[in-house]
Amino acid sequence: MTAIGERLPRKEDSRLLRGLGRFCDDQDRAGQVWMRVVRSPIAHGRLVSVRKPGNAASGSVVTAEDLPPGVRIPVRLNVQGIDLTDHLQPVLAAGEVRYVGEPVAVVIADDPYEAEDIAERVEVEIDELPVTVDTAAGTLAAEFELGYGDVASAFAQAAHVVGIEFDIGRHSAVPLEPRALLADVDPATGALQIFGMTKVPVFNRDVLAGMLGIDEHLIHVHAMDTGGGFGVRGEFYPEDFLVGWLARKLRRPVKWVEDRAEHLVAVNHSRQQHHVISAAFDENGTLLGLKDDVLHDNGAYARTHGIIVPELTLAMLPGPYRVPAFHGRIRVMLTNKTPCGTYRAPGRFEGTSVREQLFDVAADRMGVDRVELRRRNLLTADELPHTRAMSTLGTDVVLDSGDYVGLLDKAVVEADRLGYQSQLESLRARGHTAGLGVAVFLEKSGLGPQETADVVVGTSGEVRVHSGGTSLGQGIETVLAQVTADALTVDPAVVTVVNGDTVLQPFGGGSWASRSTVVGGSAVHKAALAVRERAIQLAARMLEVSEDDLDVTAGAIGVKGAPGTSVSYAEVAKAARPGSPHLRDDEPAGLSARRRFEVEHMTYPYGVHFALVDVDTGTGHVKVLRYLVAYEVGRAINPTLVEGQLLGGVAQGVGGALLEEFRYDDAGQPQAVTFMDYRMPTAAELPHVDILVAQDAPAPGNPLGVKGAGEGGVTAAGASIAGAIRDALSLTGPVGRLPMTAERVRGLIEEGT
Amino acid sequence: MKDIHLIALTVNGTEHEIVVESRRTLADVLRHDLGYTGTHVGCEHGICGACTVLLDGQPVRACLIFGVQADGCEVRTVEGLADGDELSDLQKAFSRCHGLQCGFCTPGFLMLAEAYLSEQDGVPDESEVREVMAANLCRCTGYQGIVDAVRQVAEERAG
Repeated sequence: MTAIGERLPRKEDSRLLRGLGRFCDDQDRAGQVWMRVVRSPIAHGRLVSVRKPGNAASGSVVTAEDLPPGVRIPVRLNVQGIDLTDHLQPVLAAGEVRYVGEPVAVVIADDPYEAEDIAERVEVEIDELPVTVDTAAGTLAAEFELGYGDVASAFAQAAHVVGIEFDIGRHSAVPLEPRALLADVDPATGALQIFGMTKVPVFNRDVLAGMLGIDEHLIHVHAMDTGGGFGVRGEFYPEDFLVGWLARKLRRPVKWVEDRAEHLVAVNHSRQQHHVISAAFDENGTLLGLKDDVLHDNGAYARTHGIIVPELTLAMLPGPYRVPAFHGRIRVMLTNKTPCGTYRAPGRFEGTSVREQLFDVAADRMGVDRVELRRRNLLTADELPHTRAMSTLGTDVVLDSGDYVGLLDKAVVEADRLGYQSQLESLRARGHTAGLGVAVFLEKSGLGPQETADVVVGTSGEVRVHSGGTSLGQGIETVLAQVTADALTVDPAVVTVVNGDTVLQPFGGGSWASRSTVVGGSAVHKAALAVRERAIQLAARMLEVSEDDLDVTAGAIGVKGAPGTSVSYAEVAKAARPGSPHLRDDEPAGLSARRRFEVEHMTYPYGVHFALVDVDTGTGHVKVLRYLVAYEVGRAINPTLVEGQLLGGVAQGVGGALLEEFRYDDAGQPQAVTFMDYRMPTAAELPHVDILVAQDAPAPGNPLGVKGAGEGGVTAAGASIAGAIRDALSLTGPVGRLPMTAERVRGLIEEGT
Repeated sequence: MKDIHLIALTVNGTEHEIVVESRRTLADVLRHDLGYTGTHVGCEHGICGACTVLLDGQPVRACLIFGVQADGCEVRTVEGLADGDELSDLQKAFSRCHGLQCGFCTPGFLMLAEAYLSEQDGVPDESEVREVMAANLCRCTGYQGIVDAVRQVAEERAG
């Protein structure tokens, strides 16, 4: 019996469907004050003064002058040995503002409506300075190169060299729940209880403790429900410092909830890059080399992600292909726009869009079928594991296991079976401007290096798991319960998973980089196996038999071949209490285990996307008619949840490919500050999506064989839709940029390229 | 000087009398004054629909309605859908079809769908359900499970 692989209903659903989830703003505390952030209305300028309104209470407005001097948000992930200290964002602007939305002050009031009233009357005097919106005109914050092999000679001996330029538009995650924080304070000790920190609660606890100059044990971050993460939510933002700092200063609970207009200018943007990419092929269309020169727009500051998006862009650019020589250069530019960070499939959405569009152009130019060109250049199963002489996120790129060609072939067969090709032909026969796009991609997942989990059995037999992941909506409670139930041989119904509580799990690494099931799950697996072993040890004493004679069946530890002679986990847990005759002097009480899982390398899932689109040449509107994702996940703990991750990713990818963009005018004023301007796909913009989850290539680096599923739905959505539009319009060159809004599609039609 | 009003409203069958400021939204009244925190606020400008509740049977955005406008009205929120421990057919269908992930938009979709289904005679086709559900935003599911759930319940209710 195993719970792994079952399509179990989610543990999260019952509370969420009843409206009984625990989101941050659902909680209020007696005596709490509300914080409201005053943000710069100017994109660049010298901050002359911030004045409290005449009738506002003293102390109701806090500026940089009131804060500890020089507090800035640190980088969470340092890579490439590049020091970004000069570019870090201050908690509150002092001296200069660099983007519209930058926090310059906060207001405190007993009521959120009053706080907003006061904030609107705070007088912010700014002397305007020249504004940089254009990426190329920005300030160079970092520049680095990644690559291997002799690229110059690859291009020198090539029969075909194909190059394109491609822009990826600035867009981001935009989870449905705005950010929110509640900090409750113990007036006697100053100890903080914080609600609403998600994604990396232990890391954020430590950062906050460091900035406040207190021990991390004075901060308890609680487990919460979270209205979507996707990379942006739960990073350490200025407000994460301000709420805790104010609560300790005021000795009152402090609550803060951002509104949507704030969210769209305050929370990490992502994706904006300009690529100049080219590939060298021999006369057979075999890749000899690949090179890319990238301009990355990071907005006004380097935030917690530092330059990991640029690094991932280059490190993942060769994707699943056999690329004998590769060179990438990236320049990270600062502009007067909202700072950037990771968004689901960071660097891969961008790089995959660009590389796959290049391959489409190259295939046409060389007269090779698009799928055949890819098939020819994909690494074969025999060539894996494949080490690339590059590293990313501090770990070497070792493509672990898989059959890329096999999955591409499966996807082609599935698309045919579902009638994609015949529908395309029928549309064209009826005069439609329809096109089919195909894209192959490599993902990464399971970044360690470590994760910790505790498994505890209560005296009622209930099993509790304290994991280092966080619940962002991905269903990780259900997945970890299945992993635990499998290892203990119990019903998943008796397992409760608590994620992201820094007291229950003080060593948690958080949920990001598609790591929760891979490293979080592996840690839980190890801890649960340790509990099982311990239970057998104690049961042997209770039953006065040898451990070798015992086996676990359906939650009971019993003597093999002797039905009726068994003890339950609940009975073992009781026998593990202090004072029990079964407990030896040198043994700790309780039936529990804490285990750590460490892994040297990431595991690399991969997939194929097909998009069938219909272009209205009159309006430029692109309708996505069919969409297929084929994805290798190693092993699906819960296939329904894997499919759900892929479906949601596709929706976000369609948004990034066709609709969503943070545009700015020349003065650096954001043009998307409501959901009227920032256009996320609704149910009407999306087709039914076909999903093919493959489990042909288990990950060799973890005991569950799993690869991450969080990002593969979005990674190639830009690429496949760009390819489909290019196919529909019969372009010889690239579509040139994403999102392909109706206006831009019309532009392409008028240019007739 | 605050403009204060005494209002009376019924939420999921329970009568409430409450003093509210005239500018206070129905969403805030429900969530922070009466404790019905299942109604979520995602945009405060009437687009995302996470705050959708039924006001005298009609779906409304609780962020665009003032609490005082609900004086004398019957409000139905997500907390009123289940019968004790027993989830409604629609709630069960959402779980069965994986129509929710983070669950933040879910209460709004449930109330929107509840209102829509209550006016249905037959089984709507997929494109109609997509058009209606396009009133609200979800960022996790890609809507597929939501659309499937609504159609399944329509089929079940049509017998």
